Amino acid sequence: MIIDINFIGLIIASIMASAVPLILASCGELITERSGVLNLGVEGMMIIGAISGFALMTVTGSLIIAIFGAMLAGVLISTIFAFLTQTLITNHVATGLALTIFGIGISAMIGKNFVGIPGKEFPVLFESLKETIPLLGPILFGHSIVFYFAFALPFITSYFLKKTKIGLIVRAVGDSPESASNQGINVRLVRYACILYGGAMSGLAGAYLSMIYTPQWIENMTGGRGWIALALVVFSTWNPIKILIGAMIFGGLTIIQFHMQAIGVRIPVQFLTALPYIVTIIVLVVISRDSRKIRLSTPSSLGKSFHKDN
Amino acid sequence: MHKFLIRSFVSSLVLLFTLTVAAVAKDVKAAFVYIGPTGDHGWTYQHDVGRKAVEAAGFKTTYVEGVPESADAERVLRQLANSGHDVIFTTSFGYMNPTNKVAKEFPNVKFEHATGYKREHPNVSTYAARFYEGRTILGTIAGTMTKSNVIGYVASFPIPEVIRGINSFTLAAQKVNPNIKTKIVWAFTWYDPGKEAEAAKALIDQGADVIAQHTDSTAIVQMAEKAGVYAFGQASDMDKFAPKAVLTSVENNWGPYYVDRVKAVANGTWNQKDTWHGIGDGMVVISDLDSQMPADLRSKVKKLQADLASGKVHSFTGPIYDQKGNLMVAEGKTADDGMLAGMMTYVKGVEGDIPK
Repeated sequence: MIIDINFIGLIIASIMASAVPLILASCGELITERSGVLNLGVEGMMIIGAISGFALMTVTGSLIIAIFGAMLAGVLISTIFAFLTQTLITNHVATGLALTIFGIGISAMIGKNFVGIPGKEFPVLFESLKETIPLLGPILFGHSIVFYFAFALPFITSYFLKKTKIGLIVRAVGDSPESASNQGINVRLVRYACILYGGAMSGLAGAYLSMIYTPQWIENMTGGRGWIALALVVFSTWNPIKILIGAMIFGGLTIIQFHMQAIGVRIPVQFLTALPYIVTIIVLVVISRDSRKIRLSTPSSLGKSFHKDN
Repeated sequence: MHKFLIRSFVSSLVLLFTLTVAAVAKDVKAAFVYIGPTGDHGWTYQHDVGRKAVEAAGFKTTYVEGVPESADAERVLRQLANSGHDVIFTTSFGYMNPTNKVAKEFPNVKFEHATGYKREHPNVSTYAARFYEGRTILGTIAGTMTKSNVIGYVASFPIPEVIRGINSFTLAAQKVNPNIKTKIVWAFTWYDPGKEAEAAKALIDQGADVIAQHTDSTAIVQMAEKAGVYAFGQASDMDKFAPKAVLTSVENNWGPYYVDRVKAVANGTWNQKDTWHGIGDGMVVISDLDSQMPADLRSKVKKLQADLASGKVHSFTGPIYDQKGNLMVAEGKTADDGMLAGMMTYVKGVEGDIPK
């Protein structure tokens, strides 16, 4: 087994490609959670995005309509969640779980007619530059626009939360909705917007899976990635940059274990398959020892309903 | 007058009853129990194609999808047997015990269990397909088409069905090209497009230029298409998903068997059987051979297909050795069905260990 530098570049590129849906959905959920709303419906919103993107691509033939349609579908389904939790003040956890079950069911129903249809090729950028630089070539070039967007998103999200006024408002609403409300901020409106944004990002993550990563529709194709995205937000202690690292670890463990198998390294496959989850638990244990640091960015009203009249 | 009313009421009831019984006896109703969704485009999807063939032959069918291989299966089976179904197909290995248990309670209902071996009651039959015959063809093609001499194989779970496939594939590939190496990656899933694509990508990055799969989704052939290597379709013809990559597919064709068995129930000729059909009986179908394959390879494959069908060639013909060099099948002999059904060792030439 000769390990040359381009081979490592290829592995890193595969890991990055597998991290894309996790980054997108996690960054969306992060904004939702920073506003104090816990939406456990990520898996459901993702799968709705996946079927909507694929269906629109098949029906209209337009990739642009499909991508934006998938985001819109994510927005629409998260509107249900927003209406229930913000207007009717239902429990976040129960509503979020219901949203996931609803999403999986309805996507299977819509998807019946789209099984067995091949997807379209999604254009990639800078394909010709791939061979020009060793190692970095396959990492930097030859990816879809969504890929580049996903890797920019954590930085944009971080900037948004730290440096912009709206970011400050979102954080204020998440930390103390009462104080924010007293300052004249419309808490419900801010939370609505954050939920819908989270829906759009989950929808895009789903569309990435069904249109770019594995261009096809089959039931349950998100395969639990929505739940991993949720875990990633906690893993990152609500810090977008750490989402980037976490998503690479999660995506990377699967890919590296496949490579080790192919090389013939004798490690029990079951152990390798369980590794991502073991790592999560270890990381959670390590980071949760520093409670001050966690409290710094944890939205303190997370998952609590806010009644304006109180 | 009063008596007359009662009498006519009773007689009309009797008449109604006879009519109903007659109607039931005439329309044979078949039920199908699926492990996955019909939308998986793999295992369950192909069974459902078979069900549609039964429907097209003029019989009524029902199906229940996503039935777990647990006590739930018994409940579903009982319900189907109670609601007037005459024959019930249970299409996953794990339904073996529930099928036999419920069959005992409903001796008048026929049960057909796929891929199992238990027939505890006279109303239970079993059936399976010799997919390994298809893999002999794929191995022959892979061994001829590879340039890097590295063939990738994405496997699902270490069970005899999968090991048998790997062995049959490798034996055939080595026969045409003794220098090939089969690299196996266990995905530990039947069906997760993302994971399957990642497994295929890992194999391609490590130099494999032909990818075979024993998982269900089309993600692997699509990944092969993207990377410019060859692949084979699984369960259904996957050519349209990857026209350049897919050289051929091995299709599961349950329809003829299903129609046959439902007709047998209707005619009253149904009897207990253990069916293990291959290419010869049309349960395993080889899709069109891609024109990228050289003409002599295509004619060689056609001949091999015909020989497998007629029984002139057997996928496991001796001498076959295991990885340690122990003789498994002697020269001139072929592996018997008992050995095939319980095959849990790699043949010589397969790299690595079977995960435990």
